Amino acid sequence: MSLSTISLPGFPNAAPVGGLAGGVLIGVAAALMLLGAGRIAGVSGIAARAFGLTDSGLPRLGALAFVIGLPLGALIVTSQTGAATPIFAGPVTLVMAGLIVGIGTRLGSGCTSGHGVCGLSRLSQRSLVATATFMMTGFATVAAMNALGIAVLP
Amino acid sequence: MIRDVLIPLAAGTIFGAGLTVGGMTDPARVRGFLDLFGGWDPTLAFVMGGAVLVMALAWAVQRKLPRPFFGDGFTLPDRTDVTARLVGGSALFGIGWGIAGLCPGPGFAALAIAPGSAAIFVAAMLAGMVIAGLIEAKA
Repeated sequence: MSLSTISLPGFPNAAPVGGLAGGVLIGVAAALMLLGAGRIAGVSGIAARAFGLTDSGLPRLGALAFVIGLPLGALIVTSQTGAATPIFAGPVTLVMAGLIVGIGTRLGSGCTSGHGVCGLSRLSQRSLVATATFMMTGFATVAAMNALGIAVLP
Repeated sequence: MIRDVLIPLAAGTIFGAGLTVGGMTDPARVRGFLDLFGGWDPTLAFVMGGAVLVMALAWAVQRKLPRPFFGDGFTLPDRTDVTARLVGGSALFGIGWGIAGLCPGPGFAALAIAPGSAAIFVAAMLAGMVIAGLIEAKA
């Protein structure tokens, strides 16, 4: 049995080893930003900076470099693993979700990376509140959609 | 050059790789995690746990450093006030995250996985950020 096939008792679909490995990589990336450049690796803020939607944050060129790195890293992984392409929601759902995510992350000053990874690990009170809030509404949204029989992933 | 471009590029690349390895670029995986009351998939808890663990160590190191390895100083958030905007914005974000199973990082990373779908999500997200800016300017 290889490492990647280790499963969690009771959760046959979970990928704990892949999850942990991915998480460590994300942590290393955020640590590199913090200790190397003295900045928070918050993707929503960096994206806003990269596209000229805010004046605060790291230099714009750096923000662009970070944003370009994201698909680059994904490409490196998929080219090595050759895993099947995941299924995404349809265009109307993606537009609706994207709009809400964009508004929410700006008003909430962060997303899963800035609040969830960088802020939680720093025990920031604002990030604890933000993370608890978006986790709860995320749970509630999926539960409500399931209860209403709304399937977005074909 | 190192601080301004190479570190962000390397960090973004490692970040994107981690999102992909961890399953965050798979909307079904993300929505499986958010489906707490259904067929819950705990994988993302491991992603979060691994990332927070490494970053907790990084914060411990940061507190002992006078400055980052490249550059003059740390530029870090220092606000501690919990505001209605923080809670409301985060609540909205969670709703959007739950609807399509994508948050900002995986949205960009997925440009290399499902370019069409990811581009629609990213464009809408950036439009949402512009709208948030307009809301903030009015408030």
